Amino acid sequence: MNGPQEAGRSCDAWPKVEMTGLDTVWFYVAGTLCNLRCTHCFISCSPDNRSHGMMTLQEMHPYLDEAERLGVREYYLTGGEPFLNREILPILEATLRQGPATVLTNGLFLDQLTCRKLRAIADASDYSLDIRVSLDGWGPEDHDRIRGSGTFHRAVNGIRALAEHRFLPIVTVTEAAEGVGGIDGRTRFLELLLSVGLSRPRIKILPLWRIGAEAGRARGYESWERLSSDATTPEGLAALQCSSGRAVTTRGVYVCPILIDEPGARLGARLEETLRPFGLSYGACHTCYVSGVTCRT
Amino acid sequence: MSSIPAALFPRRAAFFGGVYSNSHALEEAIRDARRRGAEALFCLGDLGGFGPHPGRVPAILREHRVTVVQGNYEDSVGHDRPDCQCGYTDPRDNRFAQIAYDYTLLNTPASCKSWYRSLVRTLRIEMGGRRLLLCHGSPRRQNEFLWRSTSPVPFLERLLRDYEADVILCTHTGLHWGRTLPSGGQVINVGALGRPANDGRTNVWYALLSVGAADEAAGPAPLAVEFVPVAYDHERLAREMRREMLPEEFVETILTGWWTTCLEVLPAREREAGRF
Repeated sequence: MNGPQEAGRSCDAWPKVEMTGLDTVWFYVAGTLCNLRCTHCFISCSPDNRSHGMMTLQEMHPYLDEAERLGVREYYLTGGEPFLNREILPILEATLRQGPATVLTNGLFLDQLTCRKLRAIADASDYSLDIRVSLDGWGPEDHDRIRGSGTFHRAVNGIRALAEHRFLPIVTVTEAAEGVGGIDGRTRFLELLLSVGLSRPRIKILPLWRIGAEAGRARGYESWERLSSDATTPEGLAALQCSSGRAVTTRGVYVCPILIDEPGARLGARLEETLRPFGLSYGACHTCYVSGVTCRT
Repeated sequence: MSSIPAALFPRRAAFFGGVYSNSHALEEAIRDARRRGAEALFCLGDLGGFGPHPGRVPAILREHRVTVVQGNYEDSVGHDRPDCQCGYTDPRDNRFAQIAYDYTLLNTPASCKSWYRSLVRTLRIEMGGRRLLLCHGSPRRQNEFLWRSTSPVPFLERLLRDYEADVILCTHTGLHWGRTLPSGGQVINVGALGRPANDGRTNVWYALLSVGAADEAAGPAPLAVEFVPVAYDHERLAREMRREMLPEEFVETILTGWWTTCLEVLPAREREAGRF
């Protein structure tokens, strides 16, 4: 139960977030295609989920041009698994010509050759390249249960390869890894990353959005998990990523990278036409507001 | 026009970033800037934090008629807020930031707090016919970090357009950089006097802007920007910090030039350039 209809309120009743200016653009470069089938994926990405397609560099150009005109500050390349996209490196080069970029990956394709190419691309840009790799636990028993057999060791190898090429990857971990949100869990995670060869570990912890596959793994949103105008503040709303970001897929421009499976979150075909207020009617909006999370690095 | 102080139209001016209670670096920077012919001195805020004896820096700034823009530290200390509002997101960074803030809040004289509250958040001046906008983090947010590697040209052009300025000067990150944009606009992060620039050198930096002689005939042209290194008695500062029982991690930064705390906000490019 994520959408507004189920909660029985008209869209006008939800708190609205104003668009303060487009700082961040997310590109679903792999659409919903992924080599993994993670049990907590909020958009149920998988090897056979083609609801959002792979983006070509040619498809991205008009959005990059538009983003340049609008003065966008930063870019994120995600999916699905971005390294499934055969054009990922040219896409990254084109993006980094325009601004800083972060790539979100499960790490399984990060071999020595790929990392060497990434290093060359990063060094040629005036802007920062961040690589975010997902781990979901302190070892294979947690991680592989969510992401699939053998994936922990392959992801760790990818992280090591990045470190060997002078990257400082950000390791993203969701709260599916029990206890990771606390100080002890965080410390344990830092120790893990040090032990696998990251001398300067960087961590980002994300909450779980109870939609997509995650709704089946744990639970979906309850009807009370919605925002109301009297329980939000202007400062809290302004801090939400939907006040300054949009997500682009082959199907159009969405309010944020979380809600690309919600038809009501598709705001237009071009970035410029989507820069308007948005009613926070979804369960996922509740998670963002209450946890204070941003998908940004 | 005659009622506007000449300092608002200087031909050469010095801009100091976060001082973080480093009174020794501030005194040296003021001397250096005067020696180089600066007609006006500006400080872009964050007077306290990190260093010892937070009452010293405000006294020096006022004595030397340095025009000060409010930073998030002055907003916090001035209003007795619970934290510095620096904008860190990592627990370790926040822990050290809180130590610095609690010490600063406790040791800031009440007279300074009322002055902090009265400071402006942005200031507009002119140099050589160019409109300068002075702020702490960015024109739109006092604690926004404008790093070089994450402040692309189109975004900076947008800031200049939105805020009707030819030049934006800011600090808050602690790292100095400048970009002259295709439009001719300029964005300059003046760096910080409070701690070194995470480059393994103990000196700190400020920015000196000058109007060139040829500029006036040709109309407003980009200002000449010089980032000036300032050597000061950093060992004396370290001794004072230890006497005040400030964290050894802070002292290490002063003595080595490498940042040891508040690192997680650094973008990849800037983080890769440091040691920790």
